Amino acid sequence: MAQNFPPPRRKRTPRVVVALTLAVVGLPFILLAALLVVLPLSQQPMVDVLIRRWFDRDPATWQHTQLVYAAALLVVAFVIFNFGAIAGGIFSWYERRVAARIQNRIGPNRVGSAGFLQWIADAVKLLFKEDLVPAEADALLFRAAPYFVVVGFVLTFLALPFGESLIVADLGVGIYFISSVTALIVVGILLSGWSSNSKWSLFGGMRSAAQVISYEIPAGLAIMVPVLMAGTLSMQGIIRAQGGWPWQWFIFQNPAAFVAFFILFTSQLAEANRTPFDLPEAESELVAGYFVEYSGFRFALYFLVEWGNLWVISGVATTLFLGGWQVPGVSAAVYQAARGAGAFPAAGWWGLQLASMVVFTVKTLTLVTVIIWIRWTLPRIRIDQMMNLCWKYLVPGAFATFVFTLLWQLLVGQVPALPTATGVVLSAAAAVVLVLFLKQTRDNISAIAHEKVDLSNW
Amino acid sequence: MEKLILRRIDRNNEEMLVNFGPQHPSTHGVLNFLVETDGEVMKRAIPDIGYLHRSLEKIGEMVGYPGFMPYTDRIDYVAAMFANEGYALAVEKLLKVEVPQRAQYLRAISCELCRIASHLISVGTMATDIGAVTPLVHAIREREKVNDLIEALCGARLTYNYHRVGGVAFDMPSGWRDQVLRFLDTFDTILVEWDRLLSFNEIYIKRLANVAVITREQAVDYGLVGPNLRGSGMDWDLRRDVPYGAYPNFKFDVPVGHGYRGTEGDAFDRYYVRVLEMGASSKIVRQALEKIPDGEVMAKVPRKIKPEPGEAMARVESARGEMAYYLVSDGTERAYRVRVRTGSYLAMGIIEDISPGLMVADLVALIASLDVVAPETDR
Repeated sequence: MAQNFPPPRRKRTPRVVVALTLAVVGLPFILLAALLVVLPLSQQPMVDVLIRRWFDRDPATWQHTQLVYAAALLVVAFVIFNFGAIAGGIFSWYERRVAARIQNRIGPNRVGSAGFLQWIADAVKLLFKEDLVPAEADALLFRAAPYFVVVGFVLTFLALPFGESLIVADLGVGIYFISSVTALIVVGILLSGWSSNSKWSLFGGMRSAAQVISYEIPAGLAIMVPVLMAGTLSMQGIIRAQGGWPWQWFIFQNPAAFVAFFILFTSQLAEANRTPFDLPEAESELVAGYFVEYSGFRFALYFLVEWGNLWVISGVATTLFLGGWQVPGVSAAVYQAARGAGAFPAAGWWGLQLASMVVFTVKTLTLVTVIIWIRWTLPRIRIDQMMNLCWKYLVPGAFATFVFTLLWQLLVGQVPALPTATGVVLSAAAAVVLVLFLKQTRDNISAIAHEKVDLSNW
Repeated sequence: MEKLILRRIDRNNEEMLVNFGPQHPSTHGVLNFLVETDGEVMKRAIPDIGYLHRSLEKIGEMVGYPGFMPYTDRIDYVAAMFANEGYALAVEKLLKVEVPQRAQYLRAISCELCRIASHLISVGTMATDIGAVTPLVHAIREREKVNDLIEALCGARLTYNYHRVGGVAFDMPSGWRDQVLRFLDTFDTILVEWDRLLSFNEIYIKRLANVAVITREQAVDYGLVGPNLRGSGMDWDLRRDVPYGAYPNFKFDVPVGHGYRGTEGDAFDRYYVRVLEMGASSKIVRQALEKIPDGEVMAKVPRKIKPEPGEAMARVESARGEMAYYLVSDGTERAYRVRVRTGSYLAMGIIEDISPGLMVADLVALIASLDVVAPETDR
């Protein structure tokens, strides 16, 4: 009987492996730190200050000023691209570990401590594989398709904030830009589905086109709710209109926004092809869907985008509804005061930037975990149900929240205290629901856990 | 020569012809379906079987009577105990041997444990086919525990070769009874959790209820057996209606589909009948462990089995429904004819007539709800 075997002896992880893992674990932190430094410094006024200080020239008259601007942007692009890629890689490991815990398994634990280097091993393996193009495929489109997907993914980082002053470009049309470039992904998926010249790929591509294009409508309408409340499309503007405490978040400030958040979240799941909307790559039906013919690096790109998109969709939802990077109790005036009057911001300002980045990252990672949790809990819906849900429920629902918000904003103009009152009530209700949920979870666990819950190998 | 099955396809119409298999994640082994689809909606799905044919019936005519017992494991390797039992019963009928009571109880216990293991695979893979991967792993975890128990009983985890002509190979080891009871205590709570985790999940019900409805008349006409037949509302269980072995001594429910969440005979009924049957099996094992008499586990059977010329037929209620062995003896050490009738083969027959109008995703649900196991289809 297996129960009678002695427990396996735990082997100590060699120190080299631990050191290597720590180095790689540090990688995302290093990248976040690089973003913290590079993003504010790459803004034009800062570059001007740097030019004055390092090159001792006047940026207005110096002939190489534009070159330096370009170089600064290149550095930003390099850091951002790496951040996207490495976030995607680490989420692949994270998802597998979380899924394993949900499924009573241990998950990858061979490569590095807690299997953390698994995503690097997988990436290296995929890089060394043959880049196969099927003989009957349309070679040009087949090769080009993954790049559309990657471009659609990386471009979103242009307008995605990381902290108070941490954004590549605070576009006036930020959220509009993000939803536009995300639509590029479906072009790549459709291309890959068509050009593979495989029936299963075609199925996947068609499903994806139908799904993503349909769900962009409720997503767009739901996005309009925070836009109406903030009065701007700019990502930073929307966050600045919110506050750090939960009752200052848009999700709780307006009953319609509460509904709109879930509509947006559902639509984003569909746009990112996550369960229960993973029909384009439904393994049990379509084998792998649109990327069934891909191998090697191009295959890796699809998965990079799939996991990297977790950050993007969570970041967008955090920005629009969950207060973004707003640190509780720190208002815009505090940032202004901490910056000081000098050409360079004071140390306190950098500390505040770090705090805002931490807040944003924690909120985003929480949403990422929720998405992973949903994926490993729910079954997949059928294509007609997917369409029904979108056109019969989400689109009218999103439209209703949109109209309600229009009227709500008129009412807020008359009664300025209304959003705060609603915020307090709704966030208190949410806290009660959270407590009840945790209690139910504990009851569920104790209903079946005859033995003590073992957390030793987490 | 062109494949026979392709002659039935009209190449001149607009529909897309897709090979759903033989290598496909949800065909549960090596099966092929030729699917004619118009977009997502199927015109029909034609099952193409034979990829796992191993001439097991012919082998049964080449090896001696006891020698065929290990081969029966391979007829249905997900629930090998029933194939053992059916063959043993058939040979015992030829030999007119009386099996000791204790052996009959052990057969019932081992078979019901095996039914739990087999249904766990069935409902688990069904969840995977609908897109939820986690329940399968939970089901496999429980199946491992059953496998541990069966391993302690007979030394094997998959192809048991436990039943013998005239009894069973081994008596149960000491302490085994408590281990089984301990497992069943856990398992009953796991079944409650299973319903909460999967069965009554809204999406899961939406995917299965009212999908691929097989009416009671159709089920009888196509000769469906076991949970597939009961899922269509037909109250028929060999263990109760034509009792064999130790089954007359037990009281148990036979779950019958009555449209638990949709129409009678839909995919959800077939699924949920299996879930309920696991609970029923748990009750049978408890009763058997309580009532099991002492005594021998093997009858006196001659070393060389040479039955009188004649024929015998034995039926058992396998996890996949009625499994029948038909043996013809010509008085030698080898059977003149061995015929096995299995549930999966019959279930495959109905797919082509149920499939028109279903979606591609529903075909997966239909195959999974019929619990088709490829080796049992082909033998």
